[in-house]
Amino acid sequence: MNWFAKLQETFLEDNRYMWLVEGLGNTLLITLGALIIGVIIGAVIAITKYFCEGNKKLRIFNWLCDLYTTVIRGIPVTVLLLVFFYIIFVSVKDGVPVAIVAFGINSGAYMAELIRSGINAVDKGQMEAARSLGLSKGQAMAKIIFPQAIKNILPAIGNECIALLKETSVAGYVAVVDITKAATNIRNKTFDAVNPILLLALVYLVMVVAMTRLLAVLERRLRRSDGK
Amino acid sequence: MENKNYASGEVTIRVRGLKKDFADVSVLKGIDIDIHKGDVVCVIGASGSGKSTFLRCLNLLEQPTGGSIYFEGADLTDKKVDLNLHRQKMGMVFQQFNLFPHMSILENLTCAPVMLKKATPEQAKAKAMELLARVGLADRADSYPSQLSGGQKQRVAIVRALCMEPDVMLFDEPTSALDPEMVGEVLDVMKELAKEGMTMVVVTHEMGFAREVSNRVIFLDDGVIAEEGTPAEIFENPQCERLQSFLAKVL
Repeated sequence: MNWFAKLQETFLEDNRYMWLVEGLGNTLLITLGALIIGVIIGAVIAITKYFCEGNKKLRIFNWLCDLYTTVIRGIPVTVLLLVFFYIIFVSVKDGVPVAIVAFGINSGAYMAELIRSGINAVDKGQMEAARSLGLSKGQAMAKIIFPQAIKNILPAIGNECIALLKETSVAGYVAVVDITKAATNIRNKTFDAVNPILLLALVYLVMVVAMTRLLAVLERRLRRSDGK
Repeated sequence: MENKNYASGEVTIRVRGLKKDFADVSVLKGIDIDIHKGDVVCVIGASGSGKSTFLRCLNLLEQPTGGSIYFEGADLTDKKVDLNLHRQKMGMVFQQFNLFPHMSILENLTCAPVMLKKATPEQAKAKAMELLARVGLADRADSYPSQLSGGQKQRVAIVRALCMEPDVMLFDEPTSALDPEMVGEVLDVMKELAKEGMTMVVVTHEMGFAREVSNRVIFLDDGVIAEEGTPAEIFENPQCERLQSFLAKVL
């Protein structure tokens, strides 16, 4: 049997390529959902820490943020996924929302550190200038500091997105049919291991390259203001 | 102590017993001064004498360790006072300009007035353009700070503070980060402001500016006001030894 016939049998018979398409849909859904949750958690934590650091009354919040980042960063994402699916959300049968939450909470811990480093990298004079005009600390953060911080860390956030996309390949552990799981299912059905795995690798590669390109465009647009 | 050359209007800023410690270093050791409406006060002194700290305490960018700052009657060191509201009336210009790099010049000028509801976007823009034109930068409204020279940036920074229509302007070594050929254009804007009657407190190394434009000069030394007087008194007839040796070095 030649290679094309083999491909046809593996992917076209019973419309098995649709398994991959559906799996890809879940992979993208989980990545996007987790990214949104991650950025929100990360921003909230980074900003909370910015305002609470050195304030004795609010020290508890600072401590809670540290606890979160320590615990989450200390647990492999696969284990975290198992914890969420089999212990915390036992009654939820659909794995996709659980995976979104698990990956989002995981990503949030890394985003928090990223965003915090971005905020710290903004020159101290920016906050002083904003305050001297009468802006409150919150207004200055929202309008002056945070936008600059995000711009500073955009490449790092891009890397985090790419890592997140690839990490979702373990979602199959909790009965989610992402694209990796779909490829595995095809492999089990057809006993053709080579082609599904090669195609799977290719799809991930294409997605990562596309994300890198997209980010480059975004960065260029944001850099307009640097006068370059 | 009151001198006939001093502006005799109402007191805009009253400083009483101002102290500031950093860790175990005492930078300001008790400063008392009244700044009247229309005063142009230059603060001079050797580096490390506490001039910048003094200025930054006036709008509480530095939290004083002791003493009081009264601005238009309100004690800014009182925790109950709405500091943000009073800061709107105290413009500040920094050595490093501190323009917002992610905003165009026009956005730099209009963001605070619009955010703080001092003006509608249209009013803020009209005001910004008028002031920009007066410092000769109307054509740079859509540029970004990184596209401007140091002198242009500082002129924009002055306009940014003016857009809030402040009652007093604080200048923290406004020309120290500039190339020599750009110092003049910034000082010219400041002279113009002084002529219009703006109340100004200027920390500066520009003795020429202090002599020509200010009506009062304060010599800070080791955290206290070591000598105070009109420019003529300070520069022609310095009394204390530290001031004499300081002037010998800088003039």
